[in-house]
Amino acid sequence: MIRISFATALLASAAPALAETHTISPGEGAQERLQEALILAEPGDEIVLKAGRYTLTDGLSLDIDGVTVRGAGMDGTVLDFTTQAGSGEGLLVTSDNVTLRDFALENPKGDGIKSKGADNIVYYRVRVTWTNGPDAGNGAYAIYPVESTGVLIDGVKVTGASDAGIYVGQSNRITVRNSIAEANVAGIEIENSRNALVEHNVATRNTGGILVFDLPGLPVMGGGNVIIANNLVVSNDTPNFAPPGNIVAGVRRGTGIMVMANDSVLIEDNILHNNPTAPIMVIAYTLQYDDERYNPLPRGVVVGANNYGIGGDDPQLDGAEMLLAAFGGALPPVMWDGLGSLYTTPDTAGWSLNLTEQGKGLSGANPSPLNAPAPEAEFDRSEIGAPAELDARI
Amino acid sequence: MRGIGLLFAALSALGLSVVAQATGAPKIMVNDAKVQGEGFPRVLAEYAFFQDGGAREPSDRVHAYELNTPLFSDGAEKLRYIYVPEGAKLDADGDGLLQFPVGSAIIKTFAFGEGEDQRYIETRVLLHRADGWLALPYRWNEEQTEARLALAGGRVPITTPSGEKISYRIPNKNQCKACHSVDGEVIPIGPKARNLSAEWLSEMHDSGRLDAVPEGANALPKWSDASASTDRRARAYLDVNCAHCHRPGGGASNSGLDLSWEQTDAFAIGINKPPVAAGRGAGGLLVSIEPGKPDKSILVHRMNSDEPGVAMPELGRSTIDHEAVKLMRDWIAEMGE
Repeated sequence: MIRISFATALLASAAPALAETHTISPGEGAQERLQEALILAEPGDEIVLKAGRYTLTDGLSLDIDGVTVRGAGMDGTVLDFTTQAGSGEGLLVTSDNVTLRDFALENPKGDGIKSKGADNIVYYRVRVTWTNGPDAGNGAYAIYPVESTGVLIDGVKVTGASDAGIYVGQSNRITVRNSIAEANVAGIEIENSRNALVEHNVATRNTGGILVFDLPGLPVMGGGNVIIANNLVVSNDTPNFAPPGNIVAGVRRGTGIMVMANDSVLIEDNILHNNPTAPIMVIAYTLQYDDERYNPLPRGVVVGANNYGIGGDDPQLDGAEMLLAAFGGALPPVMWDGLGSLYTTPDTAGWSLNLTEQGKGLSGANPSPLNAPAPEAEFDRSEIGAPAELDARI
Repeated sequence: MRGIGLLFAALSALGLSVVAQATGAPKIMVNDAKVQGEGFPRVLAEYAFFQDGGAREPSDRVHAYELNTPLFSDGAEKLRYIYVPEGAKLDADGDGLLQFPVGSAIIKTFAFGEGEDQRYIETRVLLHRADGWLALPYRWNEEQTEARLALAGGRVPITTPSGEKISYRIPNKNQCKACHSVDGEVIPIGPKARNLSAEWLSEMHDSGRLDAVPEGANALPKWSDASASTDRRARAYLDVNCAHCHRPGGGASNSGLDLSWEQTDAFAIGINKPPVAAGRGAGGLLVSIEPGKPDKSILVHRMNSDEPGVAMPELGRSTIDHEAVKLMRDWIAEMGE
């Protein structure tokens, strides 16, 4: 008995000290009541947002570790930022071990939810929507974790972002799954990040479905170790509505899955249909750069077996008519610029621009059918994806 | 004597400690327990930073200061004070931020209106506690007799000095930190030796409040001083108004843009630098600064906007600082010459 009570004491002391639940309702003063709850919460507390529409005039922020913000479902609890008058995002999270679940943001003026330096964050069944559809005046990113280690995004829905719906930047150990990205410029974008798993998502009606980019001149570079698997990437045919100047403004309408720079990216078991420029595109960084830390080439990109439907039949590329004629009415599913290294499973059809120089855009092409070698070894999947312990929070 | 006795009684009732000076006039001491203790005092008067409830007369060891180049806050007049507790002093750290001992505080009141019509809107305090700095906002009442803690911030209708009617934003506690942080820790921003006058630093040194007047004191020009070079004025403005976020470890570190005074790399300060996460804030422009082309520079575009999601800084202003926009235009135009 002594042993048992000793064990009980240990268990008790390991539990968070008196985690509390703070319940917020919509209505008068919601801005102040909700923000105050976010400030006064203690680690382990849960902030419950009752169903209804919350009219918010300023961005919200959370800076306490270990807090859960839980709504009554992404259709039940709506944080409405249509009349937002300040801040660069709807909700900013700067603390670790936060869980955001079951609520929605509508029409934030800048980004939707940004989590910066927020390790081990979970986004579960959160929705961010710009209700007017694709519009250059919409905010850039709907869900925007950056500079974080441990990111799990599951079951979210993002619509209308003028840059990327789900954007993970300068981060490590990432999973994006079971989510829907619709009518954004980029549906899902993994940028300057490592060890990302993007699986079981739907990307549709975006300009580009799923992008994996590595860009120069940033504090964190060297993106890679990314798996894009089992996604439904269909009908990404919305004309690019990104404001010029942003890197995604160069994404061609009708891009399914696109890799720019990065090392070790695996693309397999996806369903790609109705992506009229390129179901899969693998290219080097297209611009000039001055950053000796940066490698602009895609290296070790593996295109495994995917299910290709119609695609490449209306490419937004220079010389499209000639290309279509040369390839018999539609471009083969995998487009490579010829720079860096690409591996494909033997029966993969593709074409190469055969570029010889990085930094000249896509000009200087000398197109031919793709002749890529088969992968040399099994793709190393270890350490890819969010830490398993994050699953326990959903 | 009766008056003074009554004053003593009233102050005692407020929990303020009072000592008689040689002249017999009461001298209010700051409430160190409130500065250093736990929790968030509900009203500003609890700290006793001021002798009066209206916060017009500073208490003992509370020193007013000014900055060469201040942060733009919709044209608010700002009354700035530091408090250094008994037995402690500030340490200079080159031309950078003065190092405040635990128990110190920085107090800044935002006011609008001239002379008799001047009204205090909010007072922000930074408290240096044993576990780090804490930033708290206090909102003044209509009667101007009390400032109450406004953890969640608030909005107040204001007419700016330039006559614009705006909804002035009092930041919430987290928004205080959004600017006042490096690597997730709260820090002061303003009192850097380079942005303080040599006279003030000398006074602080002579009175035993500061260990030394450092090299580089007063190096930052007044940004409105036309006798200084455009480059120095522009860099001073950017350092004070932008670099708290746009620096390594700051809130906008992921942009790779570093607008701090110390930065010398042209790309890092935005010259021919493409945007990273600017979204529509880029306004269709390709780089932060295009030398010789202010109209093609995102930096000018975002400073010249009052629209959330575009305007920079994101926090702390609802109106455009037109003078500063002109300075940036001149600066970028000169780069092309």
